[in-house]
Amino acid sequence: MAKTVLTVDDSKTMREMVSFTLKQAGYNVLEAEDGKIGLGVMALNSIDVIITDLNMPNLDGIGLIRAARADAKYKFTPILMLTTEGDATKKQDGKAAGATGWIVKPFNPEKLIEVMKKVCP
Amino acid sequence: MVTLDRFRETYLNECAELLADMEGRLVAINVQSADVGELNAIFRCAHSIKGGAGAFGFHKTIAFTHRLETLLDKLRDGRLPVTDEAVTALIKSVDVTTAILKAESQGEAIPEDFGADLAQELDKLCGTEGQVIANPGLVEKSEGERKRETYKINFAPHDNIFMTGNDPLLILRELGKLGDMHVALHDERLPQLPNLNYGQCYLSWTIELTTDKGEAAIGEAFEFVADECDLKIEKIEKAVQDDVPRQTMNRRASDAIDANLAVTSIRVDLEKVDRLVNMVGELVITQAMLQVQTRHLSVEQFPELLRGVDELSQHMRELQEAVMSVRMQPVKSVFSRMPRIVRDIAHQLGKDIALVMTGEATEVDKTIIELLADPLTHMIRNAADHGIERPEVRLAAGKSAQGTVHLKASHQSGQIVIEVSDDGAGLSHEKILQKARQKGLIAADAALSVDQIEQLIFLPGFSTSDQVSNISGRGVGMDVVKKNIESIGGTIQVRSEFGKSTSMTIILPLTLAILDGMIVRVGAENYIIPITSIIETLRPKPGAVHAVPDGQDVLNVRGEFIPIVYLHAVFGVANAVHDPAQALVVLVEAGSHKLGVVVDELLGQQQVVIKSLEANADPVAGISGATILGDGKVSLILDIGGVNGILDREDANHLLREAS
Repeated sequence: MAKTVLTVDDSKTMREMVSFTLKQAGYNVLEAEDGKIGLGVMALNSIDVIITDLNMPNLDGIGLIRAARADAKYKFTPILMLTTEGDATKKQDGKAAGATGWIVKPFNPEKLIEVMKKVCP
Repeated sequence: MVTLDRFRETYLNECAELLADMEGRLVAINVQSADVGELNAIFRCAHSIKGGAGAFGFHKTIAFTHRLETLLDKLRDGRLPVTDEAVTALIKSVDVTTAILKAESQGEAIPEDFGADLAQELDKLCGTEGQVIANPGLVEKSEGERKRETYKINFAPHDNIFMTGNDPLLILRELGKLGDMHVALHDERLPQLPNLNYGQCYLSWTIELTTDKGEAAIGEAFEFVADECDLKIEKIEKAVQDDVPRQTMNRRASDAIDANLAVTSIRVDLEKVDRLVNMVGELVITQAMLQVQTRHLSVEQFPELLRGVDELSQHMRELQEAVMSVRMQPVKSVFSRMPRIVRDIAHQLGKDIALVMTGEATEVDKTIIELLADPLTHMIRNAADHGIERPEVRLAAGKSAQGTVHLKASHQSGQIVIEVSDDGAGLSHEKILQKARQKGLIAADAALSVDQIEQLIFLPGFSTSDQVSNISGRGVGMDVVKKNIESIGGTIQVRSEFGKSTSMTIILPLTLAILDGMIVRVGAENYIIPITSIIETLRPKPGAVHAVPDGQDVLNVRGEFIPIVYLHAVFGVANAVHDPAQALVVLVEAGSHKLGVVVDELLGQQQVVIKSLEANADPVAGISGATILGDGKVSLILDIGGVNGILDREDANHLLREAS
């Protein structure tokens, strides 16, 4: 069964690039444009991996990660955050909230697939 | 390989922004005390371009930006000093990167040695000259060939490792892919089943791994769990371990703000915006038509309809403003090119020039910004090249050695004002006159006012520079600048004090698409006068209009004599009121002059959508375009500057007649 990935990002280009890359690699992909919508999508579906941006309106990535970890359904689900290189503080905040790992922007399709295989083979 | 070609356009746009950003920051760098945050930002630009290039297979771009990245990396962590040479080379690299990127994105062949000199210079600065860079796109993975080594890895996950969605098993699998692996499990801490806490990790491992991928690859497998485990990796046999010192970067608060900004904006095709603007323009016409059609209906009979039409016009105005604001961009995108130009000129001519820019956030229609780039570049070149003197000349004249060029943008009553001023040599009236006579532009004995003399620099084929330098003497004169500015409905003025300063002021409309107009009637014709140029409207008392000897009529307005022009005479309209005392005079501002326009009556004020005439008719002096009024009639929009020009030409004729 193909795994289902949720990409949460307020940048349409970013969502489309992530989504396109993952679909090519055989994943099911759902999209959400902020954390709040993301949580809604998560409640209605069974998500295997979540990829989230950190800076977003309504509910940011950190908030999304916290909410996911507080939910028994997503307690152990891999959550990857999209960060810019060298943003150590954000990375730490994300990890503290319960993020599994990170994907460094700028977006690189190969790297994304590599990381996906790492957390959800 | 996943094809991301559909995102190419996005990537190329992003690159253009990154390169502009990079150039701006590079030019602003202070060599003596370079800011680490700035260097980081510049590094990230190069890094982002390189990063994206991989997705589209732009190998030349990768190879070149890799050099940039290497140099910037060394500069930002202080391994190399920030020098003038380095900054100059980096600035040049921006151009080369732009060219390579353009060629690669269009599938053009690039000569092998393109940018080779610069590449060599970068390598020299890096101290990597002559070294072959192996597969720079994948530099993290293959830093040269590695020997096969055996490592002992102690991996003790913390209790909470599962809480972040990580799984030690997956990490062990990753390690297994790197080479031959022997794993020993430590399960001593595992409690009896009833005491087992679901979600807690009790296990740890000792791993012996033989691999040729290097320690970095092992570290990568543990990348995500560095904070959730105790990890020890050591090479067996050789106990010596290089501790790679980790660079901590000083991040600036503004970086975080930048990131926030980026997230709240989207990219839209200009074409889509233009379509939107066009549609709104059509809506404005339809709305005006509705308003005219319903004007005679009684409120008692059609209260809802009339209220609706009222609301419609209000919403239309708001919609229009909102749509126009989408096209608005800060002038910063043009201004940001200027420091480089000034820097280059100063370098080349051995001058010391400071460029001060204010009002970069001032917003203008995108089309205007694009059309502004060339004239502005030319004016800045002029200021730096002809305006500012060499340091020794300045010192001799009792000025500071450093000259200043001031570039300023601001909004003034619905128009944008851009001023380029310098504290240089100023315009020499004598030289201008001499040159003008020499070129036969004016009669040998013509007596001109200061204003008129300064206007001469806008005549075709005029240049006062003693020597034509290779910087601004490119055969493009101020006449072209003036023509460019006027073609977008702007005006340009010059003010100069000899020996002290020169200042050029450009006044431009905010947008080219819509204007607030006053509809005036002349005979059976309607014309539109742009509201922004109207000062007042009055009906002169009989006898207030005087004819001066050259045949020009002037109107006495509270002691000021203002030339008046009869629209019916300019456009040959029959059945119009001829006597100003029976008609109306609309006082307008045309550049630095005032002018009275005689019309029959005012019909009302309306926003009009400008339709260009150029596609269908040759340019007509005094007309800037046309529009469709509410009743469906086409009406011409007056170009006040042009009407004034008609007067000027008459002036000039008089001048010539007198001179001969």
